[in-house]
Amino acid sequence: MSSSVLSPSSSESRSNLASTWLKRFKPAIWLVPFALFFYLFQLAPMIWVLLNSFIYDGEFALDNYIEVLDSAFMMQAFGNSLWLAVWSSIFGLAIATLLVSSLRRVDSKVRDGVIAFTNMSSNFAGVPLSFAFIIILGTNGAITLLLKQYGLLGDFDLYGKWGLLAIYIYFQIPLAVLLLYPAFDALSDDWQAAAALLGAKTSQYWAKIALPVLSPALFGTFIILIANAIGAYASVYALTSGNYNVITIRIASLVSGDLFLEPNLAAAISVILMALLAFITVINQWLISKSYAGRK
Amino acid sequence: MHNVNTRFHKTVVYSIVGIMLIPILATFVYSLSSRWGATVLPDGFTFDWYVKLLTDPRFLQAFGRSLFICIASLTLSVLLVLPAIFVVFYYFPKLDKLMNVLILLPFAVPPVVSSVGLLQLYADSEISLIGTPWILIGTYFTIALPFMYRAISNSFEAINLNDLMDAAHLLGASTTKAFLMVILPNLKKGLMASLFLSFSFLLGEFVFANILVGTRYETLQIYLYNMRQTSGHFTSALVMTYFLFIFFLTWLASRFSRGVKQ
Repeated sequence: MSSSVLSPSSSESRSNLASTWLKRFKPAIWLVPFALFFYLFQLAPMIWVLLNSFIYDGEFALDNYIEVLDSAFMMQAFGNSLWLAVWSSIFGLAIATLLVSSLRRVDSKVRDGVIAFTNMSSNFAGVPLSFAFIIILGTNGAITLLLKQYGLLGDFDLYGKWGLLAIYIYFQIPLAVLLLYPAFDALSDDWQAAAALLGAKTSQYWAKIALPVLSPALFGTFIILIANAIGAYASVYALTSGNYNVITIRIASLVSGDLFLEPNLAAAISVILMALLAFITVINQWLISKSYAGRK
Repeated sequence: MHNVNTRFHKTVVYSIVGIMLIPILATFVYSLSSRWGATVLPDGFTFDWYVKLLTDPRFLQAFGRSLFICIASLTLSVLLVLPAIFVVFYYFPKLDKLMNVLILLPFAVPPVVSSVGLLQLYADSEISLIGTPWILIGTYFTIALPFMYRAISNSFEAINLNDLMDAAHLLGASTTKAFLMVILPNLKKGLMASLFLSFSFLLGEFVFANILVGTRYETLQIYLYNMRQTSGHFTSALVMTYFLFIFFLTWLASRFSRGVKQ
């Protein structure tokens, strides 16, 4: 630390300095393989997408973006993705909140069992889940027939937007439960008793105490659910063979379809998608800062 | 009053879980029924679909490929992540913040977006990785990374890393030896729990497998998708077999993670 003061720049001290520097950073060698693989499979593809979204016919241009924003088909895909993401996240979050709040009031055996079940069913997504839905809710599915027998169900179509919403909600619930469950530790049981003692109804307790305290966790979970739903691909692909127009299907078909490969256009859609997610996250952060817990 | 409340909460829990169970149970019944046409209940029961599945060489091959890819990518992840976390925690603790941002990227970037870049980067190079299992092993490392990093860094925070290392050094162990013989055994449970958990969702990965490799190296999920035109009973047996395996893996993971808490 004081080498510059003590020694008049002898070559020995400089080599000393170099060797201590070397000694200090030698362990960093162990970071190199990690960094290399992370770069090759995570960072490099992202950088490629970002750069090439601005390249059109070999030149720097915004044409890819203009093409996406001008296309009614692409806008429909964004619209469908957002519609599915927002509604499935709202329903998923609401059902999960209800489940978790009740879960903390039942005995621990049931609770552990349910948590184990959610852990497992969070892996029941994508292709296998779509097949299960086809079996029960498809055109000849058991539940479809059961409900039709009683004249219910109307013109419910599993392969349309309501069917997709059902399957999205199904895979959002376990994720929301796993994310919310620890957050409910913030609620003290005494508060509900105190509120009841002061004459508050259960609904008032939830509206004025529980939900405001939980709001950061609820907003945070909501964002993860939105991102999860917008990025979902396997379920839609397996259920509709890629015929329902959502944004991930569009991106995939532009890079791996049978005809009309346009990777740069896919890159532009990807960047818009990421920007959209970033925008939602920013709004969300702003809401959290405005909430009760943020003002504290 | 209290009793009424408990009953209400029980009703809520059982009805939500009950609805969540319907697709799984229905698939199970379907996989065991000989025919379940345009009726509410199946006509008869049989194990034929499971026999047919388990004797299908294509299924066994796909399953083997999936196991190979998962084990290979998890081995790679351990080899890359474990030394890196140790170096970060022991020598450069300030880097932990950066690492925590980096490991969010695989979460934040949907696999479909990553695969756009991956396809272009590795399709035209001299040795094309596209269509081979190797590209999947690399990308699966990034998927498993956030979970493994969190689990392992939690274990690191739970032990007194510097004290343990100092004690080992005092007793004459080299840093490498101390890491292998003192630190590693302390991480074992957290590491195993995260490995089984990662295993179970890598087995379910479809996006990368479908876009980057597809039928050129048919994994379990791709096989499942390609079987969609065959009998629904057969695919149900397939789904249930897959689900049973997932059940087993998550059970192992929870056993290990329960050990961590104790």
